[in-house]
Amino acid sequence: MQDFAASFFEAFRLVISLDPDLLEVVWLSMRVSLSAVAMAALVGFPVGAFLAVARFPGRGLLVVTISALMGLPPVVVGLVVYMLLSSAGVLGPLQLLYTPTAMIIAQTILVTPIVAALARQTLEDLHDEYRDQLVLYGLGNLAQLKTLLWEGRYSLLTTLLAGFGRAVAEVGAVIIVGGNINHVTRVMTTTIALETSKGNLALALGLGFILVTIAFAVNALVFMSRAAAVRRAYA
Amino acid sequence: MREDVLSTVQRQAMPVLPVTGTELKVSRKGRVLLDVKNIEIADHGTTVIVGPNGAGKSLLLNLLAGLRQPDRGKVRWNGTPPSRSRYCRFGMVLQHAVLLRRSVRANVEYALRAVGHSRNEARRRAETSLGEAGMERLSHASARVLSGGERQRLALVRALATHPDLLFLDEPTSSLDPASVLAIETMVQDASVKGMRAVMVAHDLAQAKRVADEIILMHHGRIVERAATDDFFQRPQSETAEAFIAGRLLI
Amino acid sequence: MAVSAVVAMTAGGAMADDFIVVQSTTSTQNSGLYDYILPIYEDKSGVQIRVVAVGTGQAIKNARNCDGDVLLVHAKPAEEKFVAEGYGVERTDLMYNDFIIVGPPADPAGVKGMKNAPAALNKIAGSESIFVSRGDDSGTNKKEVALWKTAGVDPSQSSGQWYRETGSGMGATLNATIGMDGYTMTDRATWIAFGNKADHEILVEGDKALFNQYGVILVDSGKCPRVKSDLGQAFVDWMLSDEGQKAIASYRLDGKQLFFPNAPNVTN
Repeated sequence: MQDFAASFFEAFRLVISLDPDLLEVVWLSMRVSLSAVAMAALVGFPVGAFLAVARFPGRGLLVVTISALMGLPPVVVGLVVYMLLSSAGVLGPLQLLYTPTAMIIAQTILVTPIVAALARQTLEDLHDEYRDQLVLYGLGNLAQLKTLLWEGRYSLLTTLLAGFGRAVAEVGAVIIVGGNINHVTRVMTTTIALETSKGNLALALGLGFILVTIAFAVNALVFMSRAAAVRRAYA
Repeated sequence: MREDVLSTVQRQAMPVLPVTGTELKVSRKGRVLLDVKNIEIADHGTTVIVGPNGAGKSLLLNLLAGLRQPDRGKVRWNGTPPSRSRYCRFGMVLQHAVLLRRSVRANVEYALRAVGHSRNEARRRAETSLGEAGMERLSHASARVLSGGERQRLALVRALATHPDLLFLDEPTSSLDPASVLAIETMVQDASVKGMRAVMVAHDLAQAKRVADEIILMHHGRIVERAATDDFFQRPQSETAEAFIAGRLLI
Repeated sequence: MAVSAVVAMTAGGAMADDFIVVQSTTSTQNSGLYDYILPIYEDKSGVQIRVVAVGTGQAIKNARNCDGDVLLVHAKPAEEKFVAEGYGVERTDLMYNDFIIVGPPADPAGVKGMKNAPAALNKIAGSESIFVSRGDDSGTNKKEVALWKTAGVDPSQSSGQWYRETGSGMGATLNATIGMDGYTMTDRATWIAFGNKADHEILVEGDKALFNQYGVILVDSGKCPRVKSDLGQAFVDWMLSDEGQKAIASYRLDGKQLFFPNAPNVTN
């Protein structure tokens, strides 16, 4: 109990004092993870939509594979991306290692399967539900997908929240490709790992509380905007 | 004159009447599901298809609407084969209409936009249609929270709003309360009076009597009898028809 | 288009020329040394020093992959091999501190105050008291293994019983040591800076065998064409200069000096 109380105090102190290091680290965490989710949506939604309506040999295997990739270990992704971006690696000349860009790349790889798999499920269910009706309007698969994407917007938004949760909470990938460099690639989770390794457990846990609170705030924002939209519809 | 109320896309798509089916056959696993030598839907009025369960009524509807391909035979719309681009010329109301997760008005707008009207045109026509149906106070309600009767009424408004050449209805009032049944039948009759052609599958004879100008009786995938409503009920030509009217034909 | 987007994103970081990457160890980072001396150099030179602090093995591997401009670790044989194979220009002594053995206040093995590290390890093995090892082939770990060898004990036989190998860095190993109420060998700087000591104390220190030497190496542009040799050399030179050495010596934590500069006299 002592440590928990100390942690709350640490978290409170950091937030109240608007500690500049804390703000820097929080800002980078958000920038990296939100960028990764945006990129993952760009890739994952079309892939999920395609798999939802298309039928071709090997589709089943592809669906299972993408679903399985949701369980990619972050540290493995970090390792693979490191090997690609390393000076000794294929993409070495791009000099991306130890930059926020590398972290975004790694987290995008982590989050895309989640977005694709969950989007596929949502859109496939909607497709089953709407197909008989939408075909009456002479709509081809692509036009139907546009409608499905809008109809499923809340589920798809939840999908993005799931991806964001995964990204902002992971440490294995960003610590390898980012290097946890002070003021450059240090995010919330790598700071927590660092403080833990320094034995500053109360501070580490305090940062953990702050991270959870931020994730909570992001989710709350999304749900509140949905409620507002629903209210507008009845206006 | 009719063409004025249509969108540019609809006009380009060419009228679909008369709808004809020739030598239509559908089988599954050796069983004949449908065997119709000749059917033509032309002129005006409301045709109601009746028959026991499994008679092939919905199947015939889907074939005529171009939604399914027959194993043998052909369907023609005004002499040419069905094509997806001409779907905008007919409407269809399913037994359980699927509504979009949007407002009532947005659902009607969606159908109008799908047949090629502009955003503003679609909104205007949606509002008019809802007004004519007495549903304007529900305009902004979420379509998903409507009662069963309101949903089917909305489905019908949605289908009628695009001024189809031909409206198909597949048991649109089964499982609805009497007030809703009446509302829907009235809407169909009003549209018919204004010149719209409708083909409806009905699940009960009483409804057929109320709504139909002519009756088609189907049994085991075949058309057994087709006649004007009065003729059908007062002078049935076949034993099957007699049995059906008397309520003795269950399968 | 994708490449220019990537370039635009990277440009958001820093301009290409005003930073170098130093592959180093967690003991130098966790002790707070870098937080203290790097700003001194950065203000003076305008060059940002980006430290990647990982285990010694990983730091050396990263440098071999040309992912760093300077290597600063404490594993002399591995460092000399690095230079011999052409990856480093030259290895120079930079600073030293020492290793210590810490343990629980109850001290079940009775090693408190001993000045002979292998003998203390012998007693720990004999009493089968819990000993936590890094087990990660780091400089610290290699030193620990060498001491067991001198003591004539093979603790790997008892791995999983009283000898616990965490396969982790010093911080995680210390956390485990506290959690398991065991003994471990750590460098003094990390221990002094460590925030979760509980009631553990320094039990064994002062043995010459516990000497811990740090070396600094500039990565060789022969093997690594993209290395920033000029900026890297400037940093190495400063660390070895009077000014740099004084800065290292002046770093204090809890009033204690953690690192002792011992660069050979270099004429500037």
